[in-house]
Amino acid sequence: MDARTPSAVELKNVARRFVTPTGDILSALEDFDLTIAPGEFFAIVGPTGCGKSTTLGLIAGLAKPQAGEVTLFDAPVEGVDRRVGFVFQQDAVFPWRNVLGNVMAGPLFRGVPKDKAEETARDWIVRVGLKGFEDHHPHQLSGGMRKRVALAQTFINNPQVLLMDEPFSALDVQTRELMQEELLQLWAQAKSAVLFVTHDLDEAILLADRVAVLTTRPARVKSVHTIDLPRPRDVAKLRYDERFIAIARNISDDLREEVLRARAGH
Amino acid sequence: MAETSIPTPAGTTSVRMETLVERQRRRARLVLALRLAVLVFMVGGWELGVRMGWIDPFFFGQPSGIVDKLIDWSQNGTSIGPLWLQIWVTIYEAGAGFLIGAVMGIFCGIALGRNQLLSDVFSIYIKVANSIPRVVLGSIFIVALGLGAASKIALAVVMVFFVVFANAFQGVREADKNLIANARILGASDWQMTRAVVIPSALSWILASLHVSFGFALVGAIVGEFLGAREGMGLLIATAQGSFDSNGVFAAMIVIAVVALIAEWLLTMIEDRLLTWRPETSANE
Repeated sequence: MDARTPSAVELKNVARRFVTPTGDILSALEDFDLTIAPGEFFAIVGPTGCGKSTTLGLIAGLAKPQAGEVTLFDAPVEGVDRRVGFVFQQDAVFPWRNVLGNVMAGPLFRGVPKDKAEETARDWIVRVGLKGFEDHHPHQLSGGMRKRVALAQTFINNPQVLLMDEPFSALDVQTRELMQEELLQLWAQAKSAVLFVTHDLDEAILLADRVAVLTTRPARVKSVHTIDLPRPRDVAKLRYDERFIAIARNISDDLREEVLRARAGH
Repeated sequence: MAETSIPTPAGTTSVRMETLVERQRRRARLVLALRLAVLVFMVGGWELGVRMGWIDPFFFGQPSGIVDKLIDWSQNGTSIGPLWLQIWVTIYEAGAGFLIGAVMGIFCGIALGRNQLLSDVFSIYIKVANSIPRVVLGSIFIVALGLGAASKIALAVVMVFFVVFANAFQGVREADKNLIANARILGASDWQMTRAVVIPSALSWILASLHVSFGFALVGAIVGEFLGAREGMGLLIATAQGSFDSNGVFAAMIVIAVVALIAEWLLTMIEDRLLTWRPETSANE
């Protein structure tokens, strides 16, 4: 990769290993290389348990690699970076705070005065379509609505790099489609680089500019595919578009090979 | 839900709902009636047993005698002074011990739970301390702190502290890893993390332990008074025991039970206030 090309996220020869309870060393990532440009929507697909989430943890600064280098805007990652946002697979909104309290958590943690934080939070609540639910607690909301809270909670911090760990996998199909639309709209405004991890290839193609297929453990990047579908994309319609189907067929052969290998390995 | 989706005239649905509500009410009344029946059966059986000569009231007391004793105590005072004073002394000792022990337990539990190394080192000692019968320390406190309230409060503190401490500690350790990661990425400092994530998630553990530990505080205060005191419900029981007054022992027991129930009720109210964010759990569903 040309050194002068600006990158939002870069992983070079990264390895991440764990010690299992039985004392063995498990390699989640080996020789892992990945570059994401600023403002790019990048998706990673791979067999379950192949180390997709591990990658996100390294970029977020929640874990350190045993080898190699992880950089954000060409500076090495040292701990949690303020420019990074993270949307989790499971619910990670605070159950004891209402919607408003959840959305304004980030700015408050970062020292924004309370009235300013509340003003911004109310604005974001409207933008994710939760107006009128400010005083509700998470348990009173549906799964899709909780995801909207999580999105507002993350986007309010204006992340330049947004990491998403199978954020919509727990939602039903209809809600998932709505949330995908919503995410694309938010992203178009925020212009952040997105690293979207999913096991759903269709989702990856519908959303991303580029899709990387990972190998089974230890994970490496097997292939990167550029998705040249025009934007703005209509998620509901695009699914039946011929170009989409052609791309999906092409990548899915790649992916199936790895899924089969993963199954054979277990 | 399934029933309402079937297209029926609105009238039918509301009639059905009414019978459902009616059925639930009837069941609630039945449960209450059966509970009363159990009470009447047990207390009545006891009284009858005494009157028929099957149970010796000298050893096992007699319900009517217990009621007489309670009336006598509240009107004429007990052998060691007015009843209200004894109750107040015990509540004071248990309450003070409870507050001190709970605050110390919460503070130490959270501080230790937040530090990985300290918690790894001390977790074994917490288990040991929890399994020691701490009531025995009462004797030491009487010797060291004398017959006044201080020794009883100290015993109540010890009884309460370890329970609350162990729960606060566990609550902190069990805090959801996702929530912690989320708060960290949203920008929380260590102190903000403790306040925004760790304490709220440990709170339900802590509150659960407070329920149990007020009972322990009462036990601590009463056992302390038992071992040596000038006033209090424990002394009243010890005095009754000394004069072979089984009705007196039972009467004191009932007074203590009422105190414990009131405290339990107050704690539940506080808990409901603090945990409003939790989904309501209905016993009927």
